[in-house]
Amino acid sequence: MERRISPFSKLFLAIIFFVLYAPIFFLVFYSFNSGETMYNFEGFTLDWYRELFGDTRLLIIVLNTVVVALLSALFSTIIGIIGALAIYMAKRKQTKHTLLAMNNVLIVSPDVIIGASFLILFTTAGIKLGFYSVLLSHIAFCIPIVVLMVLPKLMEMSPSLIDAARDLGANHWDVMTKVIIPYISPGILAGFFMALTYSFDDFAVTFFVTGNGFSTLSVEIYSLARRGISLSINALSALLFLFTMILVVIYYFIVQNNKVNGAGVRKR
Amino acid sequence: MDRKLTGNLFKIPYYLWIILFVVGPILLVLYYSFFDIEGHFSLTNYQKFFTPVYLKMTFSSFWYAFLITAITLLISYPVAYLLTKTKHKQLWLLLIIVPSWINLLLKAYAFLGIFGTYGAANSFLKIIGIGQKQILFTDFSFVFVSVYIFIPFMILPIFNALDELNPALIDAANDLGASKWTTFRRVIFPLTIDGVKSGCQVTFIPALSLFMLTRLIAGNRVITLGTAIEQHFLVTQDWGMGSTIAVFLIIAMFLIMVMTNTRKRGV
Repeated sequence: MERRISPFSKLFLAIIFFVLYAPIFFLVFYSFNSGETMYNFEGFTLDWYRELFGDTRLLIIVLNTVVVALLSALFSTIIGIIGALAIYMAKRKQTKHTLLAMNNVLIVSPDVIIGASFLILFTTAGIKLGFYSVLLSHIAFCIPIVVLMVLPKLMEMSPSLIDAARDLGANHWDVMTKVIIPYISPGILAGFFMALTYSFDDFAVTFFVTGNGFSTLSVEIYSLARRGISLSINALSALLFLFTMILVVIYYFIVQNNKVNGAGVRKR
Repeated sequence: MDRKLTGNLFKIPYYLWIILFVVGPILLVLYYSFFDIEGHFSLTNYQKFFTPVYLKMTFSSFWYAFLITAITLLISYPVAYLLTKTKHKQLWLLLIIVPSWINLLLKAYAFLGIFGTYGAANSFLKIIGIGQKQILFTDFSFVFVSVYIFIPFMILPIFNALDELNPALIDAANDLGASKWTTFRRVIFPLTIDGVKSGCQVTFIPALSLFMLTRLIAGNRVITLGTAIEQHFLVTQDWGMGSTIAVFLIIAMFLIMVMTNTRKRGV
């Protein structure tokens, strides 16, 4: 099999990479524009960043978003671990498949459907739209992601580990906290992290279930963008891009650790 | 017996989640679809859905989703294939994936600047002599931006499928005298069809329903099922009609899932 890539293919890849990254750098570039538009670069300025940090309303929104992301990641991780254990422990194959199918419904559902149906749900249940409705929906759509991150770890765990712990006199609680949880912890970490990013990035679901008083970053960007170009959005996106890069690096390390861990066990 | 009970007790939060947030909302959507805007129980929403206005919208939504998926696949497959041949393929893959982590709205917003009347795309068109064109708020810009957004999601599963492919099979095909095209058509593509299917699934379903793109990029020129649902729920407050469209979107989603079902999914 030939391993070389022809110059034509290289050019193709280069164009794809360019197209993928150009819009992002375009945004970041114009965040330093002292003009007001995204086409005429007049001079370098940091005014848009200054404006951003002076905007208390926006800072509160950022705080809201972070609080919602952290809380929903925390709760969805706890319930997600329970879910993964429930699927893992299901004895009948049919039960296992049904649970998994149920679990995956919210992953494949379009955001609009999740948003609209949760809006009906909260209204029917009499929950006021705002912080709690947003938090509850974020927890709800993050749970299946955590389950899918934790479940493979449970599946690859050798059952003899649990048997050995039992033979050595461990009770249920010991088996759970001293054998299972430590073993699946890389999956838990990855799940928590994914939940964090999903919650942080979500727009559509939040847009449906947020009331008038409460807003997250994505919803705010949407309403700003509908009003047209404003270079403070560019400054915001530059900061978010930086933040995303940090997240990517963290995620990369988590995955890397996972691999080492997994391979180490499998090799015996 | 007692032990078994406590052993199952801890599962309650998860089951509660399934009932409240998975089954419950779907049933509620179904229930609401039978109420007209005045709150009377009726089938008018379904009758309305089968009028030309809504059928045309559904058809065009599917057409756009199909177009977006097809173009995304045509671009992504060669990229995924070439990526598997690069030296540091995992690193390159990561670089492809990074843009997908960036907030969708910011990417859409970037195109507001690029495709604007005096934006970068128009200056480029001017330089090569085509001249200024209206790009923003057309169906072209909608398809372009959608493809842009979905490319990483399509590449990932195809890359994984290609990466798992045993190179000996390709060698065997070559040794047996198959041309490159035959090898691709008869060996590589069939063996990576699962990746293509999951890629199409993660593209087609959102393409039917992304309403913020149509709002921001396409003006109101393109109305997808998602836009219609958002419109009914949040603008006209006709939840019954919105639910009816949602019911059809759920059915469509279910059919697509069945069609693109890969045996390896899940466990």
